[in-house]
Amino acid sequence: MKKELGIFVLLIVLCVIVSLVNPNFLLPINLQNLARQIGAFGIFSIGLGLVIITGGIELSVGSMMGLLGVLLSMMLTQWNFGVVLGLLACIALAMLLDLGHGLLITRLNMQPFIVTLCGLLFYRGIARFVTNDETKGFGTATGLDFLRYLANGNLLGIPMPFVLLIIISAITWVVLHRSVYGRYLFATGRNPEAARYAGINTKGIVTLTYVICGALTAISGIIFAFYTNSVSPANHGNAYELYGIAAAVLGGCSLRGGEGSVIGIVIGTALLQVLRNLVNLLEIPSSLDFAVMGAVILVGVIADQIFTERRNRRQIALMREMSAREAQSS
Amino acid sequence: MNNTPLLEMEGISKRFPGVVALDQVNLTVGEGEVVALIGENGAGKSTLMNIVGGAIARDGGTIKINGEPVQINSPRDAAAHGIEFIHQELSVLDNLDVAANIFLRREPTFGGFLKLIDRGRIYKEADVLVRKLGLDVSSRTPLSRLSIAQQQLVEIVRALSAGARAIIMDEPTSSLTLTETRRLLDIVHDLKSQNVSIIYISHRLHEVEEIADRAVVLRDGRNAGELQRSEINHERMVRMMVGRDLKDFFTGAPGEVSAKEAGAGFEVRRLRTLRYPKHNVSFSVAQGEVLGFAGLVGAGRSELARAIFGVEEAHETEVALDGKTLRIVKPQDAISHGIYLIPEDRRQSGLIVDFNVRENITLPNLDAYSSAKLINFGKETRAAADACKAINIKTPTTEMRAANLSGGNQQKVVLARWLTFAPRVLIFDEPTRGIDVGAKAEIYQLIRKLAANGVSVIVISSEMEEVLGISDRIAVMHEGRLTGILQRSQFSEEAVMRLATGTEG
Repeated sequence: MKKELGIFVLLIVLCVIVSLVNPNFLLPINLQNLARQIGAFGIFSIGLGLVIITGGIELSVGSMMGLLGVLLSMMLTQWNFGVVLGLLACIALAMLLDLGHGLLITRLNMQPFIVTLCGLLFYRGIARFVTNDETKGFGTATGLDFLRYLANGNLLGIPMPFVLLIIISAITWVVLHRSVYGRYLFATGRNPEAARYAGINTKGIVTLTYVICGALTAISGIIFAFYTNSVSPANHGNAYELYGIAAAVLGGCSLRGGEGSVIGIVIGTALLQVLRNLVNLLEIPSSLDFAVMGAVILVGVIADQIFTERRNRRQIALMREMSAREAQSS
Repeated sequence: MNNTPLLEMEGISKRFPGVVALDQVNLTVGEGEVVALIGENGAGKSTLMNIVGGAIARDGGTIKINGEPVQINSPRDAAAHGIEFIHQELSVLDNLDVAANIFLRREPTFGGFLKLIDRGRIYKEADVLVRKLGLDVSSRTPLSRLSIAQQQLVEIVRALSAGARAIIMDEPTSSLTLTETRRLLDIVHDLKSQNVSIIYISHRLHEVEEIADRAVVLRDGRNAGELQRSEINHERMVRMMVGRDLKDFFTGAPGEVSAKEAGAGFEVRRLRTLRYPKHNVSFSVAQGEVLGFAGLVGAGRSELARAIFGVEEAHETEVALDGKTLRIVKPQDAISHGIYLIPEDRRQSGLIVDFNVRENITLPNLDAYSSAKLINFGKETRAAADACKAINIKTPTTEMRAANLSGGNQQKVVLARWLTFAPRVLIFDEPTRGIDVGAKAEIYQLIRKLAANGVSVIVISSEMEEVLGISDRIAVMHEGRLTGILQRSQFSEEAVMRLATGTEG
């Protein structure tokens, strides 16, 4: 919990600074835009974060969103799938692809980095192939109001993607931090061997986590597709997996696995989007965009390392104290 | 022999979180002297040797070489003073060849700053050195193609060629066959005659009787005594190591609790592990019985345990409980039938060391503390606290990271996890490895108590005293084969050793 508090304070401080330097930060339109971005990025980042907690990685998220985007467009505007079937097909496909990743990783013992790197290349290629490299979109097609609302609408002034993020993070929070499944996930990520000796079906847990990541990726993908309204197969979603990884790591996930929290990932996403906003509002040359992000992530992770070390030292001291007391009393 | 000893360690102390590993320990080694360092697991032998070998820092005490105080802060420092450490887990690089291993970090080079390895010289010199120690392989052979015994000789060659004046051997014979052991003891004799000092750590007391000039005994991190060549005998060493009679140590009187009902209990029929596919193993453990498993390292006992528990695949497994055949292909199956394993490697397989005590204890039985798959933290914490109290796990709070507990308490956490179920069969694999004597006695009591409550217990142990003290019967394995099962009346160190080394049957 302390970890999340630290990064939350950092987020608040950053917001205060930006709003002092440029009060436009607090304009409703800016805040709404920011929240929309946080929502869209946050949903898949949670999925990616869960995968990172298993000790794995999912690099194909961005490409998959590109592929899903063009397919969704084609399903709705060319193939007359209808909204419900289109949505379901999109989510099902993503889950299926990630099921494949999960099975390759757990059954064939392949490294997640390699499997999902292949996915990154493969899905991008397929997206460009099925579209002949032409940009797809939804134009002014009718009957898609609901989907447009999901991406661009507001509920009581709050952007829908943000509302969805809140709902999804609430559900995943319960699953990860309060349920048996979540505990197994942490155990598996921390020490798969010991988890197996404790009778946990580690392969099943890992595979399931990839599938969940797929579902969340699809939801984000649908939002992004309608948010941009046109999907370029070569660029849509490019490098988004890196945003997800960065958010997760900022939020306290360790790439070694077994560590992280939903709230941390969400705050991490918010921090990243605020940083992007900050670069805009403070008129920092946008070429420095990535440099700023890189620097903040590095500082965040170093600080976290120091805190963890300190907490552990305190526990060891407690242990010493106890054995000293015991030695005295005996 | 010289008057000033080669190595003097005085008042060496070392604390680890939760334990005093060494308390004012002294050790001297003369030139060309073979000193046996003996004591039970956790007595502090390895810690002491790691200090002189430069692997860990001491908290207090002085080290002198030839009467001069020296600082040893790294293995490099130790090597510079002529001290070489040959670890039980050999530290050879098996992706390189013999010569590369011998000259590692001391490669003869040419070409100035390019530091190109002089391949002609390295092989020629290595061949000579290897021959000299009676190792009959080319120095171009990759280490991976040598046997453990040969790899060990390569380490000795490396130590000698680095100018070693004292060689520390930690359990050098633990994975060797009888002939290989014979050969190693001869080499120790030769080294002695070349005036090289040897510190010989071993649990095999007859080896100590044979080669040691002096035996230094450690117990609970303190000097427990010293025996001169003429005084060294088995009984004396054991008494000094244990510090009390074995009868006191193993309470609960094994042998008295015998099979309660015929047919009730656990049975393994024709199990073939992947490591030893040619041999099948069958045995049974009655309810309330403790069956010890003795044998040398690598005899296939741990593989057997893992196959029974379902964490490791086997060619063929058939196990039965109370005469009913069970199908076990994964740990979940074993767990659902009340068959549990407390694995050998506590920190790697037994525990999740970064989890706290509570999470470790409740991990396999989480469903018992949850409703609709959501964990009830109050219930979970109470269960963990109760478990800690029931078997006396020493921790200030159940929220303590398991990594910070002492070895004995870590082991109890692993045990506590299975006691939250109703165990029918418990398999302990080296239950007291690296545990201090006090905790050891507690674990023995727990094992006997479990048996008294009708659990079938299997104890795999490489410690002779332990396996003789705790078991009702002892099964002995040698290279994947069950070479015999001893009844209590047949128990003796010699009988176990004969079966374990495959000299019989």
